[in-house]
Amino acid sequence: MMAAGIFVFSAAALLQFFISYCRSLIAASSKQVLSPEVKDVTGIQRFASGDDFKRVMQLLQLCPESPEDRNSVQAIGAYFGLLNLLRSTLARVVPSMRVWTDSERGLCAYFAAVALERRISFSRDMLAQQMDG
Amino acid sequence: MPGPFEYILWFLCTPFEVVALVCAFKRKAFRRYLFLNLYVAASLVSSLARFQVFHHYGLTSSAYVYFYYYSDALLTIFLYFALMSLYSYVFDELKAERLVSLMAFALLVGTAIFSYSVVHQASDKLVSRFVVELSQNLYFVGLVLTYLLWASILKMRETRTRLIQLVLSLGVYFSLFAATYALRNLYPGMSSLLQALPPLIACFLPMAWGYAYWRLPEEARLVPARLAVVPR
Repeated sequence: MMAAGIFVFSAAALLQFFISYCRSLIAASSKQVLSPEVKDVTGIQRFASGDDFKRVMQLLQLCPESPEDRNSVQAIGAYFGLLNLLRSTLARVVPSMRVWTDSERGLCAYFAAVALERRISFSRDMLAQQMDG
Repeated sequence: MPGPFEYILWFLCTPFEVVALVCAFKRKAFRRYLFLNLYVAASLVSSLARFQVFHHYGLTSSAYVYFYYYSDALLTIFLYFALMSLYSYVFDELKAERLVSLMAFALLVGTAIFSYSVVHQASDKLVSRFVVELSQNLYFVGLVLTYLLWASILKMRETRTRLIQLVLSLGVYFSLFAATYALRNLYPGMSSLLQALPPLIACFLPMAWGYAYWRLPEEARLVPARLAVVPR
């Protein structure tokens, strides 16, 4: 009984911490302006739509990843999955939740575009180091 | 001999701990978040020692199981003090450091006494049972304390982005561990499957902290109310 109580509390806390953690990652990247190059590649200008996410993630996977970014990209991927689940279930009944999930999904796509920008710059740095070496 | 899966478990986490320490050094955050980095360093040393033990005895050997749980209990105590240092950062303007330290120590002793009271009737392996019980209880106490810290951050409108991410990642880590331990108690038959989870969960914290040191400057600020699941 006690283990069940601990499990329920832990799962609820996990959900809350995870959502807040992902939103803190998104909030930190939302201030970054995308370069014209990344805007061209992704088609994202100032605001992104949730439908862009999958495409930007595919582009991300083409670039070599830097170890410190791996966790955040995976976390946002999981958060996007959670938002999709909410959108196809609860948001059908609660219209305000649909607006919220759509806005969050767009922010996830923007985060992915910022990560793409970083990976491109990381790849460039690596290439430059190889050329120098 | 340990198989490829066991080696993968070890290789997964250790590089992230190194990366987290390097990020802290390079961004001059090592001394600022000293207890957090000491925990990561202790975890790195423990990972290397665990690797030695399971390389010699295997993952299912009692030597590895003993070493794992004893080192885990020590690391949990380290992490508990790391959490208390985060309390000090959040409450530094209130000059409540001494009070926080006293409460932390009292809570640690209380958890140890409670853990002993749970296992003291066991006739065999009393110390081992105590160590495992203490570790599990500290994960849960850590989760509750992190939850309270997060509530304080929201209430006090703490804006330091890096500090907020350090606290939230610790909350995710503690809740994952507490949920895993609770599941193991609920379904003892699944313990072999659930035994593989802690080393994987352990990777999350150094990755998240490395990211926070590397990507977020100390002066970065955000509005914490925007992060709350329930809007404030």
